[in-house]
Amino acid sequence: MQELQQILDQALQQFAAISDEAELEQVKAKYLGKEGSLTVLLKGLGKLSAEERPAAGARINQVKQGIESALQQRRDALQQNKLEQKLAAEALDVTLPGRGLGTGGLHPVTRTLERIEQLFHSLGFATASGPEIERDFYNFTALNIPENHPARAMHDTFYIDPQHVLRTHTSPVQVRYMETHQPPLKIIAPGRVYRCDSDVTHSPMFHQVEGLWIAEEVSFAMLKGVLADFMQQFFEREDLAVRFRPSFFPFTEPSAEMDIACVMCNGAGCRVCSHTGWLEVLGSGMVHPNVLKHVNIDSEKYLGFAFGLGVERLAMLRYGVNDLRLFYESDLRFLKQFN
Amino acid sequence: MKFSENWLRTWVNPALSSEVLAHALTMAGLEVEALEAVAPAFDNVVVAEVLEVVKHPNADRLNLCQVNVGEAQPLTIVCGAANVTVGAKVPCARIGAVLPGDFAIKQAKVRNVESFGMLCSEKELGLAEESQGLWLLPADTPVGKTLREYLELDDKLFTLKLTPNRSDCSGMVGVAREVAALTGSLLKPLEIQIQPVTLTEQLPVHVADAQACPLYCGRLVRGVNAAAPTPTWMLRRLERSGLRGISAVVDITNYVMLEMGQPLHAFDAAQLSGGITVRRARNSESLTLLNEQAVVLDEEVLVIADDARVLALAGIMGGQGSGVETATRDVFLESAFFNPDAIAGKARRFGLATDSSFRFERGVDFAATRQALERATQLLLEICGGSAGAITEVRGELPQRAAITLRRSRVARVLGITLDNIQIATLLKRLQLDFTVNSPLPNPPPMPSPQSSDGTTSHSANPSKNDGQAAGYPASGRGGEREKQSSIPAGEGAIAASARPLLDDDFSVMPPSFRFDLSIEADLIEELARLYGYDNIPAQAPQAALNMLPYSESQRPLARIQQTLVARDYQEIVSYAFVEEQVERELCGNDKAVALQNPIASNLSVMRSSLIGGLVGALRFNLNRKQVRVRLFEAGACFAKVNGEYVQSQQLSGLAYGATLPEQWGAAAKSVDFYDVKADVEALFAPQLVRFVAATHPALHPGRSAQIYCGAQAVGWIGELHPRWQQQYDMAQPAVWFEVELGTLTRAAVPHMSEIAKSLPVRRDLAVVVDEAVAAQTLLDAMQQAAAPCVSEVALFDVYRGKGVEQGKKSLAFRVLLQDTQKTLTDSEIETSIALLVDMLQRQGAQLRV
Repeated sequence: MQELQQILDQALQQFAAISDEAELEQVKAKYLGKEGSLTVLLKGLGKLSAEERPAAGARINQVKQGIESALQQRRDALQQNKLEQKLAAEALDVTLPGRGLGTGGLHPVTRTLERIEQLFHSLGFATASGPEIERDFYNFTALNIPENHPARAMHDTFYIDPQHVLRTHTSPVQVRYMETHQPPLKIIAPGRVYRCDSDVTHSPMFHQVEGLWIAEEVSFAMLKGVLADFMQQFFEREDLAVRFRPSFFPFTEPSAEMDIACVMCNGAGCRVCSHTGWLEVLGSGMVHPNVLKHVNIDSEKYLGFAFGLGVERLAMLRYGVNDLRLFYESDLRFLKQFN
Repeated sequence: MKFSENWLRTWVNPALSSEVLAHALTMAGLEVEALEAVAPAFDNVVVAEVLEVVKHPNADRLNLCQVNVGEAQPLTIVCGAANVTVGAKVPCARIGAVLPGDFAIKQAKVRNVESFGMLCSEKELGLAEESQGLWLLPADTPVGKTLREYLELDDKLFTLKLTPNRSDCSGMVGVAREVAALTGSLLKPLEIQIQPVTLTEQLPVHVADAQACPLYCGRLVRGVNAAAPTPTWMLRRLERSGLRGISAVVDITNYVMLEMGQPLHAFDAAQLSGGITVRRARNSESLTLLNEQAVVLDEEVLVIADDARVLALAGIMGGQGSGVETATRDVFLESAFFNPDAIAGKARRFGLATDSSFRFERGVDFAATRQALERATQLLLEICGGSAGAITEVRGELPQRAAITLRRSRVARVLGITLDNIQIATLLKRLQLDFTVNSPLPNPPPMPSPQSSDGTTSHSANPSKNDGQAAGYPASGRGGEREKQSSIPAGEGAIAASARPLLDDDFSVMPPSFRFDLSIEADLIEELARLYGYDNIPAQAPQAALNMLPYSESQRPLARIQQTLVARDYQEIVSYAFVEEQVERELCGNDKAVALQNPIASNLSVMRSSLIGGLVGALRFNLNRKQVRVRLFEAGACFAKVNGEYVQSQQLSGLAYGATLPEQWGAAAKSVDFYDVKADVEALFAPQLVRFVAATHPALHPGRSAQIYCGAQAVGWIGELHPRWQQQYDMAQPAVWFEVELGTLTRAAVPHMSEIAKSLPVRRDLAVVVDEAVAAQTLLDAMQQAAAPCVSEVALFDVYRGKGVEQGKKSLAFRVLLQDTQKTLTDSEIETSIALLVDMLQRQGAQLRV
């Protein structure tokens, strides 16, 4: 029986030394194959007496199981080893950049417009639009700016022909909307507007958002509430100070100019606010009865407020843009900063 | 309107600092654009007279001066200025003085000689940017006087940015009236001394257009000395209002204009032939203006003429040859009221903007027209002498000022705050507005005013000139009761104190002649709010019925379309809607572009009909800044004139240039081509299917351009920029451009589910060889027409040219998916459908590849 123990020891030793799967199977044959040493021993059982046979058989089988188990363990180990080598060989440099397209971006004015629209949508203002080549009537006359009114001179109007202008403000959309809708109504009208003026602080084309709320219960106090709320939300500053000053627009009465505390210096005074601590951000007022009359809205029953704000102005303040002209140069080095 | 604070304070002198006063004006709607000191801070500078000048013993360029500063002993001062002479009056900074720039004057030895101060130039005092030598003061300047005091240098300059409705504040009287209303301070009236008439002559005045000129006042003044110097005080006020001194007579007319807001004109009477006529110009009449500009007139223009010629553009500017010169002896002074409608726009038509037209266009106080002439006469006689003739006054229909009803309930509705009758009355009085109210106002203020039998209480804000609350100057021709009023408590405190509830009653308010802007109730409400203070009206959160906004799913928002392009690596730009005419002609083949009458620049003269110009411009801008891969898009309006109507369509356009992908390690560099951009366009439209039909476009390569169709509707273009433009615009590589109508992109259908097939699809590939000229779409359309049963998809997946395919031909491979939603297809069903497809392909001349 010493022979059996020797066979087991030898097999375990041999298996452990093998690092190739095919070789392992060949060595396996030496013990468990047709001519293998254990097979030969099993065949030799027949020569033993009936009394000796069961015990000898059991011992041989025990050794056989030991060899088979060692063999399987070795097989698993070799496979695991092989997989690990494969995985190691397949490793990537995960720090290499990803492949494919980059991403573009929206223009800062678009970004600002979306922000303004969303804030007003949250208060139930719908969006309206109108033509950019506008009839003189809608741009001026219907807004209580008769021909030769000094306010026309202040508008630096581009003319297409005597009856048509490039709209100088988004206010004509008010009139067009009121012509086709019955109050109560609540709209904003974002869009491009044009003035014949160009320098560091003026662009011949820029964007405005007009706002209009016509209802029975609208008041100047509400105008103040809505616009102050808007500015505070837009700049994400709950404590942003605002003030309203009397002003003049032919299509509102009373009219008000709205200032916010300078968002650059928090009202301390800096170059951006001309050391006043205040920034003029929009014009507003209660809709002039003549404007309502033009569109057959009963100004005794309905009141309204309107406002117009400059989008570039807000974008400049929000994003710290220091030159208006940058918006229209299409310089990718500028535009990409807003992506 | 620019003026000296000292001048203002001669009218009304509130106990407020300059800054607080400026803030009050700004917050009342008279925006103070600038508040600046006349002179920078310095002190201890006095007027000195140079008594003796000798050479400095140790320096060639220096002098030792003995100067009299009004003390017993002259001072010795070393001076390097070349213009120092004996007898000169100059500013002298004494020891202890601090000049601008923190320059302290100390006793010092200059080259071993003690100097006890410094003689100054204007620059050294911070009063000029540059100066040549010492500031030589007028010979009559009193020696020893403090310079600041003598020249009134402790004054400040206010610049008001007047809104068009507040022309009443284009004269000091109006500004002062406003300051009195805002601060409750006493307003001192202007004392006008009516001059005795000592000349019997009068010039005949004929007003041919009384509508345009409802009031004309003129008078002759003979024997004036037009060469007399303008008094220093007047010149100082003029200069501090930004007007140059010209000559005494002109200065006087300007001064009265600044003072009272009434523009005046002075003619040299010797240059006039016959009388004065105010009339419309005749067609082609001409006039050379005082600024030497020659203008040709027509019937639109109101002029002042004599019997021989046109003398002046009424209310705008005088003409040459009739103005006052230093040799003038006899003057005809004009003070008129021109209707704003008659003047408005006329100055602009001739490219003019004068102080006079500014005021007349906006409205001048016609109640002050004659007073202004009296005032000018007074000053003229004082300064230039002479004797005045009687005033010729031609009066037509002056603007009617109707009483305005002001309802307390309306004030509350519009402003959102409740003012009681006493508050309203107090505010109206501070504004010098006459009113009546149906119910008597209880005390305060006590008003022993006569009540009429109907219970109406009248309040005149136009009291006599001895009354503290004066209107500014004694009004003439304004009769009615002049009851004495006790002074009205002013300021917010007064308003708050008068919180006694009263019946809601109507006020009837008479707008004064100096407030052209007040004609309806809303105007008065603004006045109340303005004086009450916009800041004192609380901000109120909106209260209204809540309704959700409609949110249509059949419309894709523009933002989502923009995001599609952003995700595909396009950068949005915004370009001007006006472009160069040449760009429209070349890139759009558009020689009928909508043109601007007054473009801001010649390269921005027409409205774009396509966004291509802006994109190409932006591409070039970035290529010039070393960008090598540029992908841009823009959404915006394009313009055309169709059948006399302006058509404005919203377009979306993109341009790709350079490599398909950003330069990277893991993908081969490849220039962007037609098909890259075509995929972007298809992604924009998805799930809508669009078709591309070869077509030529002026901007595009004729073999590499297509029109985009959405159903039967042509909705846009795509293609490679024509090599001609590529070369002209210095582009190394071709750019691919597309443009589509935004409206077709925003269309969307609400999805509706269809059943998912239970069986798996069967795939068959079909490869055919066709002539190069046959478009893939032709074959796809043909297979579509076959209407083969159970074909769920036909798609092209390979194009091959080369070995095995004849020259001039190409091999196209299609993937065909077949499927039945209910059952598994049999082989014969599949073969029947494929045979139908093959038949259609063969009819297009395609040969099946095996």
